[in-house]
Amino acid sequence: MQRLNLKYPFIFILLVLLQVLVFNNVYLGGYLNPQIYVFFILVMPVFITGYILLLLAFALGLVMDVFSDSLAIHTFACVLMAFFRPAVIRLFAGNLEQETTESPSFRSFGAFSLIMYSFVLILIHHLSLFMMELFRFDEFVQTFKRTLLSTSLTLVFIMLAFALVERSSDGKRY
Amino acid sequence: MQNLFKFIHRYHFFFLFLVLATVALALTISRQQYHQSFFLHSANRFSAGLYETMANIRSYMSLKEQNRKLMEEYASLLGDQDESHLNRDTLVHESVDENWQTRYTYIHAEVINNSVIRRNNYITLNKGSLHGVEPDMGLITTEGVAGIVINVSRNFSVAMSLLHSDMLVSTKISKNNQLGTLSWDGINYRRAVMTYIPPHVELSEGDSIVTSGFSTVFPENVFIGTIKDWGVRRGDNFISAGIDLALDFNKLNYVYIVQNLFKDEQEELESLTHTE
Repeated sequence: MQRLNLKYPFIFILLVLLQVLVFNNVYLGGYLNPQIYVFFILVMPVFITGYILLLLAFALGLVMDVFSDSLAIHTFACVLMAFFRPAVIRLFAGNLEQETTESPSFRSFGAFSLIMYSFVLILIHHLSLFMMELFRFDEFVQTFKRTLLSTSLTLVFIMLAFALVERSSDGKRY
Repeated sequence: MQNLFKFIHRYHFFFLFLVLATVALALTISRQQYHQSFFLHSANRFSAGLYETMANIRSYMSLKEQNRKLMEEYASLLGDQDESHLNRDTLVHESVDENWQTRYTYIHAEVINNSVIRRNNYITLNKGSLHGVEPDMGLITTEGVAGIVINVSRNFSVAMSLLHSDMLVSTKISKNNQLGTLSWDGINYRRAVMTYIPPHVELSEGDSIVTSGFSTVFPENVFIGTIKDWGVRRGDNFISAGIDLALDFNKLNYVYIVQNLFKDEQEELESLTHTE
């Protein structure tokens, strides 16, 4: 458990740096900006205590906002995403035993459930993020289109990240 | 009260979410309205430092590109400069008076090449035949005589500077109209020599020397300089005077090319007279 916890600060910092320094400079098609940093919220242990999840999500969003000069829209999106996470887990992986310390992964969730779980939460995050960014409801169709495309793009990177994490932890067997 | 705490404890996840979401929303809305500076700003020391480091690294990576851009921009600026353009301005400055027929017109020109260190110095101008410049036209400035045009191309002309061994200018002393010939001895570009001043003429330091107007090149009374010193050369019946030139040839920028409209008539008549 102790060693397991060390993994998360590392992932946190790595994701923030990757997002700020690399992915924030990626604009596919002119306006598709993958938000890979939400992987941190997705990868935390399945049955992490609720308020810790919320506070960590809040902190993560705040850091992103500080770097992006974006008011508190990332903070809001992250908190909202963290709030829906337990429900989404119950929806797609309700059969998991309560005592597991495992993270969501291909092994623990299965590929389909993991993809659906990630997709729904990323969609919630991106939709709230882009709506907050726009801060009005006209242009909703265009914003929604942008949200869907960005979500798909982020999902690809997130799945790649899940595969990488699973591979690296395979040899260690926490 | 007990029940309230129980209730909050039971739904603490939801309440914490509400609190955090409200804080985020409040931060967004308040900043959206007032744009007040707060800690959520990339100008803070931590994130600004990181961005600055990254920008430094990026700028090093792109130095070559930046250099190329800079050179391109500089080249385009150079092209925009006045110096890069041939002046196609054919405007001729002349005064019109009903009682007086115009004798001299002036074409303003810019000096684009000049020297003072040779024995025979030349001045290149940015006006040529296109602008009406012809050989043997005089060059004057507001300060004094500068030279005589000797070669003309379509857009440029080259003038013999006053600082030239072949340059002889018919001059007179302003106060008494005594004539002399101005030439340059090739020593000091601020000094010229006025020769063939009759020995009876009284000179004093600071006397003004102007053009005589006898040649077809320069109008009368164009200022040249002032007398500095004088003497009679050995075996010579005339006084030679050292003249301080008013015009600093090392700073020559703009000149006026003198166009004498009656030059042909005068020269024709004079040559006719001489051949008789």
